[in-house]
Amino acid sequence: MRAGDTAPILAVPLLLLAALPAMGFADWLTLSASGLAMGMLLFLMASGLTLIFGLMDVLNFTHGAFVGFGAFIAASVWARLPGLVAAPGLAANLLALAAAGGAAALVCGGLGLAFERVVIRRVYGAHLRQILITVGAMIVAEQMSVVIWGPDALTLAKPASLASSFIVAGGAVEKFRLVAAALGLAAFAALRLVLARTRIGLVVRAGVEDREMVEALGYRVRRLFVFVFAVGTALAGLGGAMWAVYAGTVTAGLGGELTVLLFTVVVIGGLGSVSGSFLGALLVGLITNYVGFLAPKLALLANVALMAGVLLWRPRGLLPLVRT
Amino acid sequence: MADPALLRLAGVHTHIGRYHILHGVDLALGEGRLMMLLGRNGAGKTTTLRTVMGLWRASAGEIRFAGSALTALDPPAIARLGIAYVPETMGLFAGLSVRENLLLGTGPGGLAASRIEEVLTLFPVLREKWDLPAGALSGGQKQMLAIGRAMVETRRMLVVDEPSKGLAPGVIDQLIAALAALKAAGTTILLVEQNFAMAAALGDDVAVMDDGRIVHVGTMAALAADTALQVRLLGLHLGSHQ
Ligand SMILES: Nc1ncnc2c1ncn2[C@@H]1O[C@H](COP(=O)(O)OP(=O)(O)OP(=O)(O)O)[C@@H](O)[C@H]1O
Ligand SMILES: [Mg+2]
Repeated sequence: MRAGDTAPILAVPLLLLAALPAMGFADWLTLSASGLAMGMLLFLMASGLTLIFGLMDVLNFTHGAFVGFGAFIAASVWARLPGLVAAPGLAANLLALAAAGGAAALVCGGLGLAFERVVIRRVYGAHLRQILITVGAMIVAEQMSVVIWGPDALTLAKPASLASSFIVAGGAVEKFRLVAAALGLAAFAALRLVLARTRIGLVVRAGVEDREMVEALGYRVRRLFVFVFAVGTALAGLGGAMWAVYAGTVTAGLGGELTVLLFTVVVIGGLGSVSGSFLGALLVGLITNYVGFLAPKLALLANVALMAGVLLWRPRGLLPLVRT
Repeated sequence: MADPALLRLAGVHTHIGRYHILHGVDLALGEGRLMMLLGRNGAGKTTTLRTVMGLWRASAGEIRFAGSALTALDPPAIARLGIAYVPETMGLFAGLSVRENLLLGTGPGGLAASRIEEVLTLFPVLREKWDLPAGALSGGQKQMLAIGRAMVETRRMLVVDEPSKGLAPGVIDQLIAALAALKAAGTTILLVEQNFAMAAALGDDVAVMDDGRIVHVGTMAALAADTALQVRLLGLHLGSHQ
């Protein structure tokens, strides 16, 4: 993020304020909280997508498949830990969540590593082929999850101690959403810290600006990219796992549906920008919840309108990268 | 027998897409020497440097640096042999601070205080801009930063593409001082330059390119003394560019 570039950050509070007159305070509070929580989860999923594009110009339409796999893996783990899920204590519930999220992140990170080697590596620098092959892989992944997990939706029970809500000024805020929001926020803080303070983060930021020059300085950007790809897909898997518990149900179509939202998020944020996609994710999460409440049929359209509006205001997204 | 040249190009051809740009470049640069690569616009100077760095692949010929065949290596491997490259566009990261840009020029040890001092002594203005993004610097300051980044770690060879382009004489003098200091420290330098004054102030050796080939090799002193040769090779003479 560059100094002086604060206007985009105000978009989130402005949207919060703008929604208030359109509904009662209690509804507003509930919807805002779940919108922000949803946004944090979208950020978890989208952060990898934006870095993968930023660093190697790779448009990965299979990214949503990792979210979908993460959700299914979480559902499988969930089904095997009914004791922990139903236990009344917070610690047991968090343990179940950690097991589900950890398994999803590990498996998806590993799958991402393999996917980068087998598929992505062959289509560097060729956007049309990237789109064709990753859209194709998305379809294959969806079919694979039908084969593995069956055609029917899986359901997940809310962890016992997190299923209830805090009631604040008449508005209900589900406790699990706070956990999801905290996790997303922690991931954002950790990513920012790594990008801002570590050598590897510095090289990633430089590589996003000018990959060739980073290589001419002696850094192996491709090797770094494989690492970023694996971390990105692991975060997608983790996001999918949290989403599964958040939504309470997982279907084979989940990854495909979320792909649209995830690309909206990274385009709004500015392709390649982690902070930008964080803002984009919050905006999309809020809009989805507000419009879903006020005019449910328009929810998807509202996100497209949001994207169009942002791009009219800032053609390269909220926090565009400097490209040299 | 060991090659007396640190860098040697033999019969190097480079294609960019369908275009055949370098038509057999032969060049030898002795260790510790500073060679000026001159030539009119479009002669192939930048292409030669990019081919050395592996940013374009040579389609034929050989490039050897300190015993390694560069044609078999990718840019990071070439850089790790101890070659710093300052491209015509300077290659700075506009969104990163001056400090971060310098840091990227260092090895795993990070920025050594003594090296920072050296760079800041040569280019004091960078001290005030330390935490500003490189994109906020003036053209001259950017070039100082680009050269500074090539200095923060000991390199065997420095490859610089037209550092004086568009800069004021005072800034050019600072760049000359920096390159002279590097040379005094034993760094071998390959410098593309159109500014003949700068070339004359620094060069040991001269190579002149035209149309993708080396058309003249000699010492700077000989070229500086021979106005007729300057006019024939470069269409200018030493006095006209000062
Ligand atoms: N990316 C490219 N694609 C096609 N042709 C190119 C490309 N880059 C350079 N060329 C061509 O290669 C030839 C040599 O270009 P090069 O940049 O090496 O010249 P130069 O000597 O550095 O010139 P200048 O003094 O203007 O920097 C020119 O004819 C140029 O048009
Ligand atoms: Mg050039």
